[in-house]
Amino acid sequence: MGLLLLLAVLDGLAYAGQLFMVAVGLTLVFGVLKILNVAHGSLFAIGAYVAATLIGWFGAEELSLLALAIAALAVGALFGPAIERGLLARIYDKEHVLQLLVTFALFMILEDLQKLLWGVQPRFEDAPVRLLGQVEVGGIFYTAYQLLLLPGVALVALLLLVWFLRRTLLGRSIVAVTHDREAAVAIGIDARFVYLSTFTIGAGLAALGGALAAPTTSLVPGVGVQMIVLSFAVVATAGLGQIEGAAVTALLIGLARSLAVYFAPELEVVVPYLLMVAVLLVRPAGLFGRRELRRV
Amino acid sequence: MAHRLLVAAAAALLLLLATAQPWLRFVLTIALSTGLAVLGIMMLLRAGQVSFGHALYVAAGAYTVAFLRPHSGEALFLVLAGAVVATGIGLLVGLFVTRYRDIFFGMLNLAFSMVAWSLLEKLYALTRGTDGIRVARPEVAGLALEGPAYEWALLLLALALALTSGGLVARYLRTPAGEALGAVKTRETRLEFAGISARRVLLQAYLVSAFLAGVGGAIAALATLHVTPLLAYWTHSGELVFVAILGGTGHVLGPFLGAVVFELVRVYAAASFPDAWQMILGLVLLGIILAATRGLVGLVDDLLARFGRRA
Amino acid sequence: MSEALLTARGLVLAFGGVRAADGVDLEVAEGEVLAIIGPNGAGKTTFINMVTGYLRPQAGSIRFAGREIAGLPPRRIVKLGIARSFQIPQLFTDHTVLANVALCLAARAGFWAPRTPLGGASREARARAILEGLDLAHLAQTRADQLDEGARKLVDIAMALALEPRLLLMDEPTSGVAAAEKHAIMDRLLRALRARGVTAVFVEHDMEVVARHADRVAVWSQGRILAEGPPAKVLADPVVRREVIGVEGVAVPC
Repeated sequence: MGLLLLLAVLDGLAYAGQLFMVAVGLTLVFGVLKILNVAHGSLFAIGAYVAATLIGWFGAEELSLLALAIAALAVGALFGPAIERGLLARIYDKEHVLQLLVTFALFMILEDLQKLLWGVQPRFEDAPVRLLGQVEVGGIFYTAYQLLLLPGVALVALLLLVWFLRRTLLGRSIVAVTHDREAAVAIGIDARFVYLSTFTIGAGLAALGGALAAPTTSLVPGVGVQMIVLSFAVVATAGLGQIEGAAVTALLIGLARSLAVYFAPELEVVVPYLLMVAVLLVRPAGLFGRRELRRV
Repeated sequence: MAHRLLVAAAAALLLLLATAQPWLRFVLTIALSTGLAVLGIMMLLRAGQVSFGHALYVAAGAYTVAFLRPHSGEALFLVLAGAVVATGIGLLVGLFVTRYRDIFFGMLNLAFSMVAWSLLEKLYALTRGTDGIRVARPEVAGLALEGPAYEWALLLLALALALTSGGLVARYLRTPAGEALGAVKTRETRLEFAGISARRVLLQAYLVSAFLAGVGGAIAALATLHVTPLLAYWTHSGELVFVAILGGTGHVLGPFLGAVVFELVRVYAAASFPDAWQMILGLVLLGIILAATRGLVGLVDDLLARFGRRA
Repeated sequence: MSEALLTARGLVLAFGGVRAADGVDLEVAEGEVLAIIGPNGAGKTTFINMVTGYLRPQAGSIRFAGREIAGLPPRRIVKLGIARSFQIPQLFTDHTVLANVALCLAARAGFWAPRTPLGGASREARARAILEGLDLAHLAQTRADQLDEGARKLVDIAMALALEPRLLLMDEPTSGVAAAEKHAIMDRLLRALRARGVTAVFVEHDMEVVARHADRVAVWSQGRILAEGPPAKVLADPVVRREVIGVEGVAVPC
């Protein structure tokens, strides 16, 4: 029983790491662009597929971790600007509903793109997992990859992101635009560049999440679909635009889901949503969200 | 007036298509059932709210038909039952969800529909999980029909429901409560300062939308004669919103026009490009949003205006 | 002596370190026209927000027509007969001017009738009448987001009028209106209000408007009332001139 609990927690941590990478990008993009990117999960999936492909190409186990990094960077650097400049820039002046649907259309396109590029057969490239070997924790053997690397990278990403947003000029510009776009532009911040950078960073984080996830699972069309809908739950529960909040909530939901998988499998899918409903019942703007009071 | 002629023309065209291409009867029936659900989505869009969970009500209507079929063989009753159950669930969810707006409204609807999807999948003993439940063909208005006759009856039933609902919703949207949906979108606080509960305005529309989706789901169940949990999945909700924008939210014809185009494109695209039809639909949607923001009815309106100017 | 229509006693409201209301005592008699003046941040809008239910006072009471209304939600207070117009006009921007007013008329009666359209039940005619009273009839079919600022202000007031209030609170009704038209509009407005027996309270920064149209003036300063009385007396008061009018730098007609 205790062993099962430990496994559940470890699994939960690894999953929370992936979920966080996607959710934080999603909430960052929403905070700045005010658009909820339905296609964010597809970036996760594409990051995963590219990573698997690169691992296969590189062949050598020692290079497999490098493959992950390159995959994340490549997908972020390619898809980020392409989507932001090519598509989103055209809809900034449109109604929120239309913006949402544009990203939904993008989601539909990217999902089929995965099928076209990589087919429907499952892909499994676990070289990085094998490379890092196993670790013993409380009497069970667990992969170092899922125990240390995955949550570790997620944690480092969080710290780097927070540092970036607080200490660098671009980061502070991003925060300024999140709080008040007009004021930020008035003091000379280049909103276009901020939008571009934010989306690219968000895309890169999602792709990194996918790349990290790739070695741990058999990739099939649809991995992005599950991930995005859970990320929605994280973002809504945490409160829109809350970075640290997304981390805490991803952890919460990741663990809750994992515990459900081990102890109440019928509830696995349902738990994140019940959590979300419960949180929003008590705190309507999310766990860490701030209620905006309109001045009349 | 022009719009009424348009509706009549559209209905006539639909019947013509169904006669000329018999295999289209099924597709058009499904399209009309989708259109009914989208009519409800359109009402909520008037208030600026997007529900990413209305597939819940479609599934409610469909599964009610599946569960009640062993006890009743009459299609009209089954459709009504499906609508009532969906509306009942809509009341429970709606009372909670109408306190929220924008992303939270959308996500909470999503949450409830995903809970429903999961229950439908996991409670195998009751729902047969992903296998779904087969629905035996019922009688329609007391008549036991086979093959083409059944399909025609269902199509005509769906068309009648579509025309009636469209007319009633159009009228509702012209009443103060219906017009107030737009006020919820633009200046909700002003509505409150006029003594009107914005939440009540939204809830009313929400209940109607749940009812319509329930009817749609019931019709779909009777057409496909098979219900599966996928009916409640979030991507299905997304498709409903997709169709709403595709058709255009300016007129009650929009949802049905959008639904017919959507289903036809899907059927043809899926046949020719089984792994790319989603992409094709996505590109169509992008095209509409970027080039023709008011959707298909907007395009038709523009065409009519140009026609009128020349005449 | 009959009870005043509106009585505020000891209203207190503090946000953070700011005392927006620091013991406000005020009576408004039925049928009178009261002007509220004072520097920005003195708490004038806060007072209106408390009377209309948007804010809840932390202490004190507000009685309207004999009943306690402090803390009631805006919807209830509107139904009791208090309406307001806003400093920044709050219009339904996707609707026409006529529809904006008609919605408020419907809110008064018959809103939920499922078969009567917005323009039905003689609402369109009554809305036009209200617009005519404010010289807005020519804008009836114009969308609310196409109006200039002065017109927006007036439509905002028209909407409040449509609610048939006993007490109408207006937050800077003539700001944004061309100087040459201010008096004509206030004349027309107040004549319409007096004809209907509506009590009017308005926040104003233009002392000429105050001097010409108000029966009584209440001066706000730092969350409380500094002085009140007929315009001639209050506007000539040296303390008022120093605290309030001096700050505004507007010449006062003697």
